[in-house]
Amino acid sequence: MDLFEYQARELFAKHGVPVLDSHVVDEAEAAGEAARLLGGRAVVKAQVKTGGRGKAGGVKLASDPAEAVAHAARILGMDIKGHTVEKVMLTRTADIAEEYYVSFLLDRTNRTFLAMASVEGGMDIEEVAATRPEALSRIPIDPDEGVTDDKAREIVAAAGLPDEAAPVLTALWRVFTEEDALLVEVNPLVRTEDGQILALDGKVTLDANARFRHPDHTAYETPGEGDPLEAAAKTKGLNYVKLDGSVGIIGNGAGLVMSTLDVVAYSGSDPANFLDIGGGASAQVMADGLGVILADPDVRSVFVNVFGGITACDAVADGIIQALDQVELTKPLVVRLDGNNAERGRAILRDAAASLGPLVQQLDTMDGAASRAAELAIAGS
Amino acid sequence: MAIFIDRNSKVIVQGMTGIEGMKHTRRMLAAGTDVVGGVNPRKAGTSVTVEGRTVPVFGSVKEAMAATDADVTVVFVPPPFVRAAVDEASDAGIDVAVVITEGVPVHDTVAFRARAASSGTRLIGPNCPGLISPGQSNAGIIPADITTAGRIGLVSKSGTLTYQLMYELRDIGFSTAVGIGGDPVIGTTHIDCLRAFEQDPDTDLIVMIGEIGGDAEERAAAYIAEHISKPVVGYVAGFTAPEGKTMGHAGAIVSGSSGTALAKQQALEAAGVAVGRTPSAAARLVRERLA
Repeated sequence: MDLFEYQARELFAKHGVPVLDSHVVDEAEAAGEAARLLGGRAVVKAQVKTGGRGKAGGVKLASDPAEAVAHAARILGMDIKGHTVEKVMLTRTADIAEEYYVSFLLDRTNRTFLAMASVEGGMDIEEVAATRPEALSRIPIDPDEGVTDDKAREIVAAAGLPDEAAPVLTALWRVFTEEDALLVEVNPLVRTEDGQILALDGKVTLDANARFRHPDHTAYETPGEGDPLEAAAKTKGLNYVKLDGSVGIIGNGAGLVMSTLDVVAYSGSDPANFLDIGGGASAQVMADGLGVILADPDVRSVFVNVFGGITACDAVADGIIQALDQVELTKPLVVRLDGNNAERGRAILRDAAASLGPLVQQLDTMDGAASRAAELAIAGS
Repeated sequence: MAIFIDRNSKVIVQGMTGIEGMKHTRRMLAAGTDVVGGVNPRKAGTSVTVEGRTVPVFGSVKEAMAATDADVTVVFVPPPFVRAAVDEASDAGIDVAVVITEGVPVHDTVAFRARAASSGTRLIGPNCPGLISPGQSNAGIIPADITTAGRIGLVSKSGTLTYQLMYELRDIGFSTAVGIGGDPVIGTTHIDCLRAFEQDPDTDLIVMIGEIGGDAEERAAAYIAEHISKPVVGYVAGFTAPEGKTMGHAGAIVSGSSGTALAKQQALEAAGVAVGRTPSAAARLVRERLA
């Protein structure tokens, strides 16, 4: 779960990472009062979960409250790489002497954590890593020991940051561990003309699996965010991702569903979504899934691809029939059942063909069924 | 022989008395697994009868191991309790810990993985279906009745894709199939399984199933080129997955140019692995190589 900058700043402040005073507003008028509270001069920053907002005109310096209102009016509602700006954050200004980069992240390859630091802050760090890898220090962190004062000094020395940055690193490590983050990044971390170290911009990604020990993190979840179909699926507890194509996909197991999307694409059409209904594939979940998919105007055909493992195919077939009782089928539906009791499951669907109607078809192989679903999508568009 | 578990494995179940734990303990017993005990500190001293067999419940992994000589544990406890459960098993010195639980925080996994490694405990998972040596032992939730014993070794991040291949190739059969799980950090990796299958005299061919995210398949490809003499057939899922969207598994996400299915397929093919375009195509490649 990615956070907005103002939310990251909140967590930084909570754990002692030095940040500038700031206010968040969602109406341009309120930016005037916010700027006044900050002393008149303020930076107005678009709050979007994507990079490059400076280049897009989403970050502006206001020399007085009136100008803050004008900037806020222009930035609110702006589209930055497909993200609509709904809030702006106003912060005090800082006289920057130097800019650095620091982060802690999960190192999947080595199955531990990693500190990254550079004196080349304020830039796109992926570009620094690609073009001048020697400018970015990477220091593995022992998960048992964490970032002690000594470790922080080691990171700072390796990257050539000033000694005063070391306490910021131990504070940032507290954000990383105590909030169950997958990434905490400060870019830029700055030294001001008067020698202060400040986090001017930050990125935090939280581990959604850890929400059971962070009831306060629910405030960062924005259910209305993103695609409306994804939001609807989420309220039903479905694992659904909207895609651009026209074949609706339902399957059980993340790997099998990913594979189903690929096989549909090889058949000349494109998947409209990812939807994993899990190992059980119960009638209710099947009905909920069909409901979401049929509500997608881009969908021209639906492909249900289930492997009967723990829940055998006859039970899955019964589930499909019950689901079709609850949902009005408006588009062609192709079913492929394989696995335990496949013959019995297929026979149940064949015997019900008359009541299920002509929109429901059954094929025995995944590849064949994907081709049929793709053909039907193309014919229906 | 098989790898990691065989007919001599003595299995305990942490979280046996829960709904999932009971259901799968029953299935494991039905598949011939020697389930010798359960662990639940609140029900220590009691027992449950499943599949006509009375299975004692112990207060700790250590007690269970002392009483039964158990060498494998299967963990079904809910996410908040997984770290303590695995640490307990590692500290007791168990050989293999299989963590089925989905939704474990990564900070917990990093910690209990490191501890398991330093105790010499082989960790499988978390968020995995477990492993099965058909006809011998089944530690986890893989359906035992979709396949038979044979000479293919299989390693996969995905549960249902594993089942699909096990089912399609049921006439040939499997030595061991290992579901290593789809989380960003896991214990046993593709490479660990490849190494074990290479050494297993009962495995003639290895099937490796990967998916988008991370670089485990690329590293496995480099390992195959150097160290594996047995034929390897691969399959990779997620060619159509867009960047930045998590596809079901927490680890299945393409970020920038890294973790794509194409990069993985190319790395595997460069290492001499025959990669199937679909699961059924991969199954055909296996048949050709064993013909």
